[in-house]
Amino acid sequence: MVTEIGGGGGVSRRAIMKRAVGVAGGLALPLGALGPAIADDAPVGTYPAGVSGSSVFIGICTPRTGTYAAQGEDEIKGYQLAIEHLNAGDDLIKKISPKTTKGVLGKEVQFGIADSQAKPNTAVEAQSNFITQNKAMLITGSVSSAVAVAINKLADREKVIYLPCISGSNDTTGKDCVRYSFRECFYAQTAAQAIAPIMVKTFGKGKKIAFLTPDYTYGHTVRQSMEDALKTQGEWTVATNQVSPLGTTDFSTYLLNVANSGADVVININFGRDAVQSVKQAQQFGILAKMKLVVPYYTPFLADQVGSDVMQGVLAATDYWWTLEDKYPLAKMFNAAFKAKYGSNPEWGANAAYMQIAMWADAVERAGTFYPPDVIKSYEKGVTVDSTVGPVHFRPEDHQLVRPVIIVQGKKTADMKGKDDFFDVLEIVDSAPLMQKPDAFGCKLGGYT
Amino acid sequence: MINWANLVSQMFNGLVLGALLALISSGLTIIYGTLGVLNLAHGALFTLGGYAGWVVFNATGSYGLAVLGGASVVLVAGVVIERGLIRFFYDRPPEDQILVTFGLGIVIVELIRLAFGSLSRTVDTPSWASGITSLGFMIYPTYRLAIVGIVAAALLVLYVVLYRTRLGMIVRAGIEDAGMVGALGINVDRVFMAVFGIGAMAAGFAGIVNAPVAPITPDIGDDILVETFVVVVIGGVGSFPGAVLGGLIAGEILSITSMFDPAYSQVMLFAAMTIVLVARPHGLLGSQGRA
Repeated sequence: MVTEIGGGGGVSRRAIMKRAVGVAGGLALPLGALGPAIADDAPVGTYPAGVSGSSVFIGICTPRTGTYAAQGEDEIKGYQLAIEHLNAGDDLIKKISPKTTKGVLGKEVQFGIADSQAKPNTAVEAQSNFITQNKAMLITGSVSSAVAVAINKLADREKVIYLPCISGSNDTTGKDCVRYSFRECFYAQTAAQAIAPIMVKTFGKGKKIAFLTPDYTYGHTVRQSMEDALKTQGEWTVATNQVSPLGTTDFSTYLLNVANSGADVVININFGRDAVQSVKQAQQFGILAKMKLVVPYYTPFLADQVGSDVMQGVLAATDYWWTLEDKYPLAKMFNAAFKAKYGSNPEWGANAAYMQIAMWADAVERAGTFYPPDVIKSYEKGVTVDSTVGPVHFRPEDHQLVRPVIIVQGKKTADMKGKDDFFDVLEIVDSAPLMQKPDAFGCKLGGYT
Repeated sequence: MINWANLVSQMFNGLVLGALLALISSGLTIIYGTLGVLNLAHGALFTLGGYAGWVVFNATGSYGLAVLGGASVVLVAGVVIERGLIRFFYDRPPEDQILVTFGLGIVIVELIRLAFGSLSRTVDTPSWASGITSLGFMIYPTYRLAIVGIVAAALLVLYVVLYRTRLGMIVRAGIEDAGMVGALGINVDRVFMAVFGIGAMAAGFAGIVNAPVAPITPDIGDDILVETFVVVVIGGVGSFPGAVLGGLIAGEILSITSMFDPAYSQVMLFAAMTIVLVARPHGLLGSQGRA
């Protein structure tokens, strides 16, 4: 199945077929639905084949099994709520995308869901199917940055817009950035710059760090960014860096090394189930009684799974926490809608998923067409939109959303006002002045067509 | 440089892991030895034991009841699976048996995912084994030490059943020559049912005993299944002492290799399996006679 997409000879044949479908579709459709682009522009990616009917298709691929399954399921909830809101013309989506009425440019939004298992090749195959078979106008979803980077490349090659969801690596909008991808969430560099000063203030200068690092692009870039920030701001040094493969279940080897390292602070970069396992086991090895735990890239549901006794006092950087509703009206609306549908507060994967879909709708509505280069240019205008964490905008140079980083600290069990009231929001850090220069990580966006 | 305290603690880790692998593998190996069925649902039964135990733990808060409940549920599940499915496959080619048990494993895991979701579930360490034990030169979580004792006791029970009871005698005879046992007029059907139940229970028991160490998720049995197969091959297919020895060897290989580079621990395990297969094709303690 994969070869069907990859063959060099197939590209032109497919392009011709798409043009034929597009012209036929264009004639059949009411004027204005497709905008002026169809008359002037050659087909790009799934356009115009993907907009020839009365609906458009979004390909969603997240991990539903394996280490990142819980986070992947949370994303799906966010996507489904957003698509439901789009098709119904809900008030919340209109606050983010003011031109939205119902659907996107009057077309109903349909979607398909696939399991990536957090594996790049599985995700590429699934999204390729959505592109070729469903003529997806948008593909989205990720918990692993390895997947995000792989789909970035697929999106750029196939000329279909891709929106990563959870992806913490600097590479996603750094050295592996592409014209066809836009990232909503915070990432290694901003997380480090936001949390490092608070760590130095809390624990003092000259501390020794033990890193627990997952062995792929996300882990390495977060480790590097944290190390740099803490070295510069507080003269902290690294006592040990324990690198484990994704999906490790027994962390005892690494934890014994941490226990013997003489470190003051454990910075745990593991994500998903790996984070849960490593924190639980660190507690069993008595490490959390001796060393302070910091989580620079918070895993949704970590506190639920390890318990408030373990999380109390722990510093973490996150993308969203539900108590932000006290400050942001959109967060309040989002939480309420999410709770009504699913019975619990959203975690940050669901928020990122919702925001990505809403901001895509906004970019398409403002472009007035699904023609991908025009949608991308609409994104690249960097228009400020309201979000669940206040006003945000995309940086045109690297397609990274400029948005705050939320620093939270675990509450004492006695201070919790409900069963999911795990954190105090310590600071909402404006990341605009903290972000690296757009080309500092080697981002070179490709062409539009 | 090798840090000796570290090496010793890694050997402890290896012992704990090895003990668990030994128990799970003995379940797999007696099923294969007696029934001739390679049970690819064994990892799923490990997972089932964990979840069944978690449900009991959640309801009662008792570790002891959780272990009892987890093991019993998998015992019953094993009997039901044997009667309802596996027995129809004894005369089918091995490919069919592999496919049906593989499929069964997927069904069990997906049903668990449907019922419990993907969030990991935790069983608390029992109070008598919580905290850390200081061994003078190193500290070690008490419960992990307790696992070695618990598993050793379980293996002892299994040993007594296999070597000191009539059922065990039939099972061991069946491993040597199943056709002959049937020809002697022994009710093989009932024995097969018991063996599958006990073999499954070994996996389920390990699943719940391991739960306080590593929170349970629907996928937790996947890696276990692969490692268990390697253990059985190293120890000798169908050999109970072989499974125990193989388990301990595999546990130490995995642990000590990860001290130097965790990425190579699986590689070393498979390398060890290859060496055993070349030097002793029937495994360390396997008997020559089995086809």
